[in-house]
Amino acid sequence: MPELILILLIPIMPFAAFLLLGLANGNFIKRWAGAIGTGAILVSAGAALLTAYDYFFVYGGSGGAYRKILVTEYEWLQFTPEISIKMGLLLDPVAVMMMVVISFISLMVHSYSICYLKGEQRFNIYFSYLGLFTFSMLALVMSSNIFQMYIFWELVGVSSFLLIGFYYQKPSAVAAAKKAFIITRFADLGLLIGILILAFEAKSLDFEAIIGQFGHGKSASVSTSSAWLGISTISWAMLLVFIGGAGKSAMFPLHVWLPDAMEGPTPVSALIHAATMVVAGVFLVARLFPVYYFSAPEILNLIAYVGVFSALIAAIIACTQTDIKRVLAYSTMSQIGFMMFSLGVSGFGEEGLGFTASQFHLFTHAFFKALLFLCAGLVIHEVHSNEVSKMGGLRKSMPLTHISFLIACLAIAGIPPFAGFFSKEEILLAAWERNKPVYWIALFTSALTAFYMFRLYFLIFRNSNKHLHQPEHREGSAGQMVPLFVLAAGSVVLGLIPFGRFVSSDGRPLATELHLVFSIAPVLLAILGVSTAAWLYNAPGNRPQEVSQRLGNLYKAAYHKFYIDEVWLFLTKKVIMNGIGKPAAWFDKNVVNALVNFSGNSTIGLASKIKKLQSGKVQLYGMVYLFTVIASVLIIIFFINRN
Amino acid sequence: MLPLWLLPALPVITALLVILLPAKHTKFVSLAGTILQMMAVALLTVSFAEQRREGNSSLFLFDEKIEWFSSWNASLHFGVDGISVAMILLTSLVVTAGILVSWNIEKQGKEFFILLLLLASGAYGFFISLDLFTLFCFLEIAVIPKFMLIGIWGSGNKNYSANKLALMLMAGSALILVGILFMYYQMPIGKRSFDFVTILSNPLPLQSQLILFPLVFVGFGIFTAIFPFHTWVPDGHSSAPTAGSMFLAGISMKLGGYGCLRVATTLMPEAAQHYSIVIVILAAIAIVYGAFATMMQTDLKYINAYSSISHCGFVLLGIGMLTKSGINGAVFQMVSHGLMTALFFAVIGMMYARTHTRKVSEMGGLLKTIPFISAAMFIAGLCSLGLPGLSGFPAEMTVFMGGWERPETIYRVVTVLACMSIVITAVYILRAIGSTVMGPVKNREFEELPKAMWNEKLAAVILIAGIVIMGVLPFVLYKLVNPATQEIIKQMATG
Repeated sequence: MPELILILLIPIMPFAAFLLLGLANGNFIKRWAGAIGTGAILVSAGAALLTAYDYFFVYGGSGGAYRKILVTEYEWLQFTPEISIKMGLLLDPVAVMMMVVISFISLMVHSYSICYLKGEQRFNIYFSYLGLFTFSMLALVMSSNIFQMYIFWELVGVSSFLLIGFYYQKPSAVAAAKKAFIITRFADLGLLIGILILAFEAKSLDFEAIIGQFGHGKSASVSTSSAWLGISTISWAMLLVFIGGAGKSAMFPLHVWLPDAMEGPTPVSALIHAATMVVAGVFLVARLFPVYYFSAPEILNLIAYVGVFSALIAAIIACTQTDIKRVLAYSTMSQIGFMMFSLGVSGFGEEGLGFTASQFHLFTHAFFKALLFLCAGLVIHEVHSNEVSKMGGLRKSMPLTHISFLIACLAIAGIPPFAGFFSKEEILLAAWERNKPVYWIALFTSALTAFYMFRLYFLIFRNSNKHLHQPEHREGSAGQMVPLFVLAAGSVVLGLIPFGRFVSSDGRPLATELHLVFSIAPVLLAILGVSTAAWLYNAPGNRPQEVSQRLGNLYKAAYHKFYIDEVWLFLTKKVIMNGIGKPAAWFDKNVVNALVNFSGNSTIGLASKIKKLQSGKVQLYGMVYLFTVIASVLIIIFFINRN
Repeated sequence: MLPLWLLPALPVITALLVILLPAKHTKFVSLAGTILQMMAVALLTVSFAEQRREGNSSLFLFDEKIEWFSSWNASLHFGVDGISVAMILLTSLVVTAGILVSWNIEKQGKEFFILLLLLASGAYGFFISLDLFTLFCFLEIAVIPKFMLIGIWGSGNKNYSANKLALMLMAGSALILVGILFMYYQMPIGKRSFDFVTILSNPLPLQSQLILFPLVFVGFGIFTAIFPFHTWVPDGHSSAPTAGSMFLAGISMKLGGYGCLRVATTLMPEAAQHYSIVIVILAAIAIVYGAFATMMQTDLKYINAYSSISHCGFVLLGIGMLTKSGINGAVFQMVSHGLMTALFFAVIGMMYARTHTRKVSEMGGLLKTIPFISAAMFIAGLCSLGLPGLSGFPAEMTVFMGGWERPETIYRVVTVLACMSIVITAVYILRAIGSTVMGPVKNREFEELPKAMWNEKLAAVILIAGIVIMGVLPFVLYKLVNPATQEIIKQMATG
């Protein structure tokens, strides 16, 4: 049986680090903040690995399937007798897998950050924020109640805000932090309303109850009873929930915050904006997958198209960007698109290859994308710029970083036998089996992936014909290199895990096997992508410029990120600020307030008129008296005569 | 258990001591008085919880009645239920913090503290009164000092603001008075009474409820910034001295919400049902419109004042929904908003004392120079935008749930509109925080600013503690408030 203390330790250690490092302000804490934070996460990661082992091999399985285990639960806030927010810990294969990924990558990033942020004045605050993030993210994936998840969903959002804006004196960092928070908040509005609908449809907020009610074959007929605009209520709810997920996971058109979020420190980008937080949307859809599949199939279909479209445009944009972190950000968006559409095309049970593939890709992607960011961090420290034009030929001065980066590139490009190959093959296979249009777009995108990743690789580490000064042999410190090697090793071997045996849509092991014939096309296309990149960027001359000129407007549009940012800017600044905000403020000042002032002033005005009547002048009173008497008499005579 | 009348009496005794003792003791006497008061409130809360746990299920605990105007059958009738205890807790926290931030007041300190204490007395008396006449008297005690606080210690266009605030609140009071008297004369001769419990057990006929309810509800609504009678809020808050703003937003606006719930809704449940739709629509307008208007403000105090209109809209929305969660949420929101906005105004006051500006565009990078105050501002802002873990989240979510509980389409539309405010709030709060405490230091003079003093730190810590406790352990407040709410709902079902 699960050990409560061990499982509780996983989220509580980072939380304790957050409190300690955030509140204490002594010199000792300041100096040792990195070690304290890393130590806490080490315990947490150890506990997560132990729990994962116990879950998968000791107590998790029963009757040939992995169970959902509710470890503990406490009622936090009640709304109605059935509907209440509970704080619970739920273990299931997806949650356990996420738990391991989060705590492990967080450990790597903690260790890496100690050197990366050395000498930073707010060293302890940085680790405190990292602790808050890790805690919230772990609690998010272990939530047993959808509202509980929403709570931690918001908390990861604010940790992301704090960490993007960590260099708070940089206006661009503040702007990026605000943008990230507000756009995800806008998406969260969808999630919140979705939860409200779901709560009153299912009469519960617990995942188990919601899935129990809408996540099986019989539920489809129940939910069509009430519909709006031809779509059932439950589908509306699931659509709104997906909008929340799309915001966090940077799906088109809510992705604009992610590239800007790269203003944060690079290890933060590795942890939050590559490996963990941005896949929260994928996790959300996976968590509610049975509900999507059985009660809202049209929304699941939509998810497939949103996912594959995001993957495609992000890959196109990534081919044109020149900021190393932005390329990686678009690449992240593209890979999350893969995970999303894989869920979208997935079936349930025996047919649930897409589900397993999506989670598998999430797992492997966390390793190689974190690795790419950590390498990028070292490179940026070396050349003091994010621009690839300032880099080149670094393989000589940073050989170990070079190897690590190359491994990660091979993994993400899907070259066998690296980890990304296995997970991407499964995704493509799932798409091939269930949705052909999605498959073709995905195939093209994976060729683009190989191209833009190797474009980056050649521009940074090869291409030494640039006249840049070549620094001495300078790698990162041991605390930075060890995480690199560990992640690189992961990117090599993790693909061999029989993932379907552990994680599947219904908890039953799913047999996944490699179809060699099927793999030929994607691998050939990936090699084509790599070779194109080599032809363009690893050769003397002006080939890139020539090609971009030949592409003309397409290149220009991609370089400007298809002007999606501009559309958002127009909507927020012009439409909402000037169109609603300003009129509201004007109305309040010049109409509502003016009416109040008018009523005040007119009272004063009236009073000043009336007060003249009491002037104390007897002559005036006499005049008025006489005049009134005469007028009255005249009126009376007039009326008498009329009769 | 101490007698309840001590709650309003203690501040008056403290004020008398302040008058009698020389001016140099003023601060310490006031602080000692409020700390004593806090202890009394803590004792009250503990014994209240004890009694409830022992199964004392009477409507109001610690009931006591002192004859006052026996010919009118008006008496000093005191008693508390969970809702009043929550409001009393809020009052004691805000009063203590308010006294602490006024530590260095220079001009006429003695009079300033006396007025603050009087205001506190009025608020305590209001929350424990079970007699409408007494309740009204305490309400007036809580209004009049504010006029002087703004008029004498205020800043900016203070005479205009003080007049506007006093006139609008007096207009509200007039409506309430008319309502109360009307209620009184509705009863048969000989049985006339202002007593809350008596009226509760002999409800008014529907016809008179329908006339009276709008009067009383709007009367109290003006205090809690019901649209379109909210215009005193921005001017009043921005002209008031720091403690004045804290009391105004933290306590006075709650008098209105509490009155709407206790007097209007509980005593006239049928009319409340009848007008519910009007209330929720006005509330939704206040929430969304207030939030949009906030987006355009450039002065920190105006930002917080307009956002108070938006946040107090949640109180009215919750009450108007007439569901258990709605009313619970309204009470949560009153407590949450009281703490959060008091903290916000306290921090703005501290910043103003150092930078001599409240313009968002003139500050910047304050996190570097005054980290403690900036962190407090951050927490107030995050609470305002409803971050989980702080008090705003359980309050707003309970109101949303209470709203969604009503299955009628119009209520759901209103709830969705209200939900939209979570985005707009995020926009204006991040804008305010982003350009005051974050960003580069714009003004060279702000490179070196005096750090937070002990009294400022203590005031902020008291309020932050309240915010965090309510945010992390909302079930404590729920257990306090929910039984009282259930009684109100029961009344509504039978009445």
